[in-house]
Amino acid sequence: MTFEIILIVALSLLMLAIMANLYRVIKGPSSADRVQALDSIGINLIASISVFSVLLHTHAFFDLILLIGILSFIGTVAFARFIERGVVIERKQ
Amino acid sequence: MSGSSEGIGAVFILIGAIISLISAIGNVRFPDVYTRSHAASKSSTLGVLCALVGTLLYFMISDGYFSIRLILGIFFVFLTAPVAAHVICRAAYRHQVPLVEGTTQDELKDYYMENENENLIIASEDNLIEKEAGT
Repeated sequence: MTFEIILIVALSLLMLAIMANLYRVIKGPSSADRVQALDSIGINLIASISVFSVLLHTHAFFDLILLIGILSFIGTVAFARFIERGVVIERKQ
Repeated sequence: MSGSSEGIGAVFILIGAIISLISAIGNVRFPDVYTRSHAASKSSTLGVLCALVGTLLYFMISDGYFSIRLILGIFFVFLTAPVAAHVICRAAYRHQVPLVEGTTQDELKDYYMENENENLIIASEDNLIEKEAGT
């Protein structure tokens, strides 16, 4: 019983963290702020999925951790290239 | 097998969630992109690593199930989160996002002043691409 309460408290802390990052996504002065906050939301989502899989006592969501990590990294790098150069994939002239 | 052995995983998960919350508070309250990057990448990575290690320990203790996928996820997050933060910071600096008032040191500025030609080449390449897309 105490175990589940600790897990639910951890989930609500992670939810507060995601909402704080969402504030930065909406408010952020530059687009680099927004991309960084979105990356941080992805990281917090990974943590909350792992806590949720402990709460449900199942192994089924472990693939999702890897998938969200890879997608978040690729999206962040693509956005950063777009901010830096204006193009995502560089072509030869 | 239920009491204290599962408690280790729960303690790790709680520490991870608290560190993630602290990192999010830093992400809201810091004044600058570059200082926010410090809060967002470092402590968020530590938080998610604590949560994943807690999950791994919980399943290892309660079920005897050692998950290779979780190890892979830990390794991947540990490898890519600093890289992503570095890439975003470099993009913000090249896009000339202003530093906060009261910054005492900007060593990268001298470097970019010396290599102004490279930036000009990049800018002209961008113009070429835009022209090509426009016609």
